[in-house]
Amino acid sequence: MIRTAIVERAIDVAALLSEVTSPATGATTLFLGTVRDVNDGRAVTGIEYTAYTAMASDELQRIAVEASDHAPGLRIVIEHRIGTLSLTDVSVAIAVAHARRAPALDASRFVIEELKRRVPIWKREHYVEGDWHWVDPTAATASVSSA
Amino acid sequence: MTQLQVLLFASYADAFGASQVTVSVAEPATVSTLVDALRALPGGDVLPATPLVAVDRRFTRGEAVPVRAGQEIALIPPVAGG
Repeated sequence: MIRTAIVERAIDVAALLSEVTSPATGATTLFLGTVRDVNDGRAVTGIEYTAYTAMASDELQRIAVEASDHAPGLRIVIEHRIGTLSLTDVSVAIAVAHARRAPALDASRFVIEELKRRVPIWKREHYVEGDWHWVDPTAATASVSSA
Repeated sequence: MTQLQVLLFASYADAFGASQVTVSVAEPATVSTLVDALRALPGGDVLPATPLVAVDRRFTRGEAVPVRAGQEIALIPPVAGG
């Protein structure tokens, strides 16, 4: 069982857990990505997420299918939120259930790592000073050349 | 020449000042010749050496991949989801 979505509303975490849990599952994992107040030493006030929604939806689905191929019987629900988020808001939720804990834990890690690597979603961080910056993970520790 | 429409997002949309551009590329067009044409546009100097290009909602692999009008072509900035 797989469901993936790009959403423009708050993620209902409890609903995701209910959705993946079944009488056959004995282990459920939940990964949440939340907006934190500091990044690269700068105080963050919020993040604006945008996506190439059509492709992001397809890519999320492909990642979930790949995870299921590794471990048949997985139940996976992934939601990624876009729009303007405040500190502590949930940006991504990955709920995974399986009969056993190891496949559920492994799949949760696999999904978030692949999501960060290949799903076309971007974030613009807003800082307390009033400026903003598109986050570029490939820039690593390089200094920001433009705001 | 063929006219290719290209979707732009995030920092690339800001750089080009549009969410979509149309470029003329000699046939047969490839990811490489498409990127060269995009690089020549105002704002195109922000592109890295080999920017990510998606065709019909899948990442392309390699600069020799052919592209043609009618496909959904997108230039993908470094992704930052999560």
